[in-house]
Amino acid sequence: MSMQASASKAARNEIRFDYRPDSTLMIELTGSWRLGNELPAPREIERQLESDGRPRCVAFDATNLRTWDTSLVAFVARVVASCAERGIEIDRNGLPEGLKHLLKLAENEPAHAVSESGSGDRRVVYRVGKAAIEFAQSSLGLFNFTGLVVIAFARLLSGRARMRLSDLIVQVQGCSAQALGILSLISFLVGTILAFMGAVQLQQFGAAIYVADLVGIGIARDMGAMMTAIIMAGRTGAAYAAELGSMKVSDEVDALATMGISPVEFLVLPRVLALVMMMPLLCLYADFIGMLGGAAVAAGVLHISFVSYFTRTAAAVTLTTLVGGLFKATVYGVLVAIAGCWRGFEAQAGSSAVGEVTTAAVVDAIIWVVTACGLFAVVFNLLHL
Amino acid sequence: MEQTADQPAAQPWHIEVRDLAMAYGDRVVLSGINFTVKRGEIFIIMGGSGSGKSTLLRHMVGLIEPATGEVLYNGVSFTRADPGEREAMLRRFGILYQGGALWSSMTLAENVGLPLAQFTRLRPDEIREVVSLKLAMVGLKGFEDFYPSELSGGMRKRGGLARAIALDPEVLFFDEPSSGLDPLSARLLDDLILELRASLGATVVVVSHDLASIFAIGDGSLFLDAESGTAIAQGNPRALLEQCEDPRVHRFLTRGQEAASQARNV
Ligand SMILES: Nc1ncnc2c1ncn2[C@@H]1O[C@H](COP(=O)(O)OP(=O)(O)OP(=O)(O)O)[C@@H](O)[C@H]1O
Ligand SMILES: [Mg+2]
Repeated sequence: MSMQASASKAARNEIRFDYRPDSTLMIELTGSWRLGNELPAPREIERQLESDGRPRCVAFDATNLRTWDTSLVAFVARVVASCAERGIEIDRNGLPEGLKHLLKLAENEPAHAVSESGSGDRRVVYRVGKAAIEFAQSSLGLFNFTGLVVIAFARLLSGRARMRLSDLIVQVQGCSAQALGILSLISFLVGTILAFMGAVQLQQFGAAIYVADLVGIGIARDMGAMMTAIIMAGRTGAAYAAELGSMKVSDEVDALATMGISPVEFLVLPRVLALVMMMPLLCLYADFIGMLGGAAVAAGVLHISFVSYFTRTAAAVTLTTLVGGLFKATVYGVLVAIAGCWRGFEAQAGSSAVGEVTTAAVVDAIIWVVTACGLFAVVFNLLHL
Repeated sequence: MEQTADQPAAQPWHIEVRDLAMAYGDRVVLSGINFTVKRGEIFIIMGGSGSGKSTLLRHMVGLIEPATGEVLYNGVSFTRADPGEREAMLRRFGILYQGGALWSSMTLAENVGLPLAQFTRLRPDEIREVVSLKLAMVGLKGFEDFYPSELSGGMRKRGGLARAIALDPEVLFFDEPSSGLDPLSARLLDDLILELRASLGATVVVVSHDLASIFAIGDGSLFLDAESGTAIAQGNPRALLEQCEDPRVHRFLTRGQEAASQARNV
């Protein structure tokens, strides 16, 4: 009745099980137990504990143990826990002195344990209910936050908000010129993709010139605004959440509040305003670059000259379409900024919090933007725009 | 109400906490908290880790709303005050957060200068002068244009103190001022607190579990206990050390020395 954890090399940890006649299971620990080595499989121990001649007591023999570290403590702790579950006695006398101490430390009860700290009921119903409550609470928090932003905006209009112009300028900088590079790249590519998709179909009917209509209207109406919004969600929305989240975690937001300066006015307002002001401009730029992408495909693949392409585009894209797109971009700007700032303020103490809220901000922003895009499509359709 | 605010001397207590209960969600952390702080007193909130000291402090400055009860300053309820009144009361507070909580996007001078710029009519060059003065008071002269990330932990704390005293507050709150400081700096900070109290005439509320500092500066104190979820002792810390019968308080104030020596004797 003996088992060896691995090929017998002196440097490896080894355990041997040995049944004593007084139904004691003697676990013999030998070799060197290092964190780098593999631990014996837990199932092996459980099998021993549940075998036919169920032991009444488990004891350890460490006379041939060479060196040990936390890996042995972890192993013994697991054995102790398995035994406790099965009501088997544990005799610790054979363990090294130091290990006994470490084990005792690990078993110390916390000064006052909190009963409902998570690890309770894990059933599906419980988790679904919990998630639903959390969702309701977070939606409530979002409405609350949006309300605060609206109030702050009203105070700004009446000249009572505590917002510094310099902060607004810094934020505008961050979400305008610095975003142009990536915005150009993405819009150009989206323009070419749209053009290619259209070209394949339209060429069959000899209507290649209508690529200009397709790209122009598609970009001006929806794609320009949406691409800008998604890029800004990843760039600026994430930055808002990260900045405000780390300020929240290090008490900087509280420090503002307890000074009588509203964090929403001082921190959120300049960020929302900056994005709302810049989004239409960025979108206009993205529209133009996207159409340029379409023109490049038209010239290269369909042999349509730039002049005829842009003449066609100008005829197809009405001012209403263009302004409608810019309006959508402005709304998306509000959504992205609110998602970033709201999530940032939700950060709770802890070093992982900032990363979590940043991810959540980007995901929220993209979901809201795409949803809004769908709603706009329906509403604009009803209004015959 | 207006009258009491105008004649603070008529009110014996500067700070009064009445029957305060605090909860995070459904979980009640502390309840039945009652105490008063005299004008110019240094009042210590002590207790073991997790007993709710920071929570109590956050309630006193309005960062969290109490479940029940109220906090009064100069006899005026802070808890029931409307937003405008509350902002005016907040302006008379100075708060030093545990890590300093300096605004990381601003230099030290801008940090200390922001309350001055927002709430006074000083001109920029005058603000600059006041800022230098405040920074000199906490031993940070010459660091005006440093960002918080370029300062050490202890310097950030002193920077936070300079910001807290920018508007000459009536009440100063400190959350664990000496944690993370070497013994000598902690001692210097204690002296600084005593000096500020003397020069500003401010009332000081300190959350602390640094025994040396508790005995050195505390006039009054409140001992919070996590298990019973309330305050189990209050009074002068030195008097508590000599007279308090409660073993929990005694163990805390003697660093469990008796328990340890008993353990050794066994
Ligand atoms: N944001 C929070 N949400 C929920 N529970 C909290 C929160 N902050 C603190 N608590 C709980 O409230 C209790 C008191 O916490 P608090 O931070 O006030 O303790 P403390 O006395 O300041 O401890 P320390 O000396 O370690 O700073 C703890 O049990 C803690 O778990
Ligand atoms: Mg604390």
